Amino acid sequence: MNMKTILASAALAMSAATGALAEKTKVGFVYVGPVGDGGWTYEHDQGRKAVVEAFGDKVETMYVENVPEGPDAERVMTDMALKGADLIFTTSFGYMDPTINVAAKFPNVKFEHATGYKQADNVSVYSARFYEGRAVQGHIAGQMTKSNIIGYIGSFPIPEVIRGINSAYIHAKAVNPDVQFKIVWAYTWFDPTKEADAAKVLIEQGADVVLQHTDSTAPQAAAQAAGNVITFGQASDMAAYGPMPRVSSIIDDWAPYYIARTKAVMDGTWTSTSTWDGIGAGMVGIGEISSAVPADIKASAEALRDSLADGSYHAFTGPLNKQDGSVWLAAGETASDYGDGGLAGMNFYLEGIEGDVPN
Amino acid sequence: MDLSSISPTLLVASLMVAATPILLASIGELVVEKSGVLNLGVEGMMIIGAIAGFAAAVGTGSPIIGFLCAALGGAALSLVFALLTQFFLSNQVATGLALTLFGLGLSALMGQSYIGIKPPASAKLDLPVISDIPILGPVLFSHDTTVYVALALVAGVWWFLKYTRGGLILRAVGESHDAAHALGYKVVKVRIMAIMFGGACAGLGGAALSLVRVPQWTEGMTAGAGWIALAIVVFASWKPARVLLGAYLFGGVAVLQLNLQAAGVSIPVEYLSMSPYLITIIVLVVMSAHRNKAALNAPAALGRAFHASR
Repeated sequence: MNMKTILASAALAMSAATGALAEKTKVGFVYVGPVGDGGWTYEHDQGRKAVVEAFGDKVETMYVENVPEGPDAERVMTDMALKGADLIFTTSFGYMDPTINVAAKFPNVKFEHATGYKQADNVSVYSARFYEGRAVQGHIAGQMTKSNIIGYIGSFPIPEVIRGINSAYIHAKAVNPDVQFKIVWAYTWFDPTKEADAAKVLIEQGADVVLQHTDSTAPQAAAQAAGNVITFGQASDMAAYGPMPRVSSIIDDWAPYYIARTKAVMDGTWTSTSTWDGIGAGMVGIGEISSAVPADIKASAEALRDSLADGSYHAFTGPLNKQDGSVWLAAGETASDYGDGGLAGMNFYLEGIEGDVPN
Repeated sequence: MDLSSISPTLLVASLMVAATPILLASIGELVVEKSGVLNLGVEGMMIIGAIAGFAAAVGTGSPIIGFLCAALGGAALSLVFALLTQFFLSNQVATGLALTLFGLGLSALMGQSYIGIKPPASAKLDLPVISDIPILGPVLFSHDTTVYVALALVAGVWWFLKYTRGGLILRAVGESHDAAHALGYKVVKVRIMAIMFGGACAGLGGAALSLVRVPQWTEGMTAGAGWIALAIVVFASWKPARVLLGAYLFGGVAVLQLNLQAAGVSIPVEYLSMSPYLITIIVLVVMSAHRNKAALNAPAALGRAFHASR
């Protein structure tokens, strides 16, 4: 493409944009990683594309990638609000306070913060019950491991990640009493070098299953290089690594939610809400369980998935003790979402997991 | 805590892999500094090598072509530095810093369409029988080819600097460019060649990261490796064998901290993560305490511009 065509198309695009400006709803997205991470941010961007597809000319989306969780995030959000965004999705836990701060300055702009817990009149929160997917992972992992060592790459010690570890652990333990979890904290959502190193270390220490709560496909590549190690796609299907090492995955499907919320802004019916959906509502999907998993394990994993989906089983059902042996849930009791000992603020390991939750 | 789960054999084997990118970059920078030029652009040249190598390997399906392009890319970027500092006599520190910033930005632009792609696998040494020897096999005979290339480069640079006429000239240029010039040596030419060698090595180091160690492309994936490479050259007091030691020490700390975590040692991660940098500071402090000795080892004309006025 030469300079002339670039200029011509830019001019065209600009005139088209200004022509339709008035009736367009502007939606902004703040991403923590690149849209090509193949995981978390990739799925949020799929949601954005679904919004564009659903509303066509009536909507204009913008996004910024690789936004650090901190003051920079506030700058990006402010910039979007000044550019006339009507609705801004901030898609990482660490954007919680920046979102609240910026939202206070722009009362007419609606904000949606993913995986956080601070709401305001113009700030909704939404998250998915990833721990339901983790239950299925633990169920498969516990039966697939031969070394009885399962490696877990954590990002940050926040409730969302700790819920995942606990859920995977109790479901692995239920099918394999000898199972042991080795947990490495990477302190990043997205850093392929660190993630790959962490996966290699876990494999060297005997793990033949690696679960990740970080966003890149680097641990998948490390497991593939090691050979007899299985992994699960995180946030996105990561099907390129199937059928081995990736034997299944947790898929985040934000599209229906993003479309519904954009529609609400268009219709003027948007209110501040707190959404926390799981497998049942379709926000969490379980990726195809690959041929590397024996048929009977696959069948029982799918049965577990279905019971979580229809609500007949809760991933955290008592009797469950905390790591120190004190009772968390009595027999038959299920975990509540909020309040003391609720899932939203979970900051403790369950009985049997070694090590401490870092501060 | 279960330290027995850390296998010393595998720890050594993986630290060799982890150290290879910084080893390559620092052996190149050693040659540059030995010629009297301080190029702070290692980080920038590494990341250009990382993306150039990655793009070429993905495009052609051949990791070898990838590595060649990485070396070319790093050398090409270093040529910008050479032009500015050797012909226009710009300040080496400022130019080097600019080179890093430029490399980081340019690589991000070049890498836009390569995010999330899998590169072709590069060849691993797999000798029948020998690679299966316990302990020695995994440590010495089953690595990726780049690990051996890096070791060969260190040996080659040591031999070149110590035993060849070319090495003597290079060191003469680095110690006193005026004297070398008076003897009839082409100071600028020697330095440009050294700078390009340094760029090519840094490029290879970057490709070792994006094609072997991770293997994936991400913006800013060198994450400070170039700065560590610079520190290692000083740490090693400009001696090739000590560069090897320094690089393995750094690689070792990085791998060890993850191993300790996985083994359940309850040391806060922050301490472990900062330990490589802490060691650098300690080493620099210890070295500068013995001022004469350290100063004697640094090339005397390091960082000084040369203009043939006579």
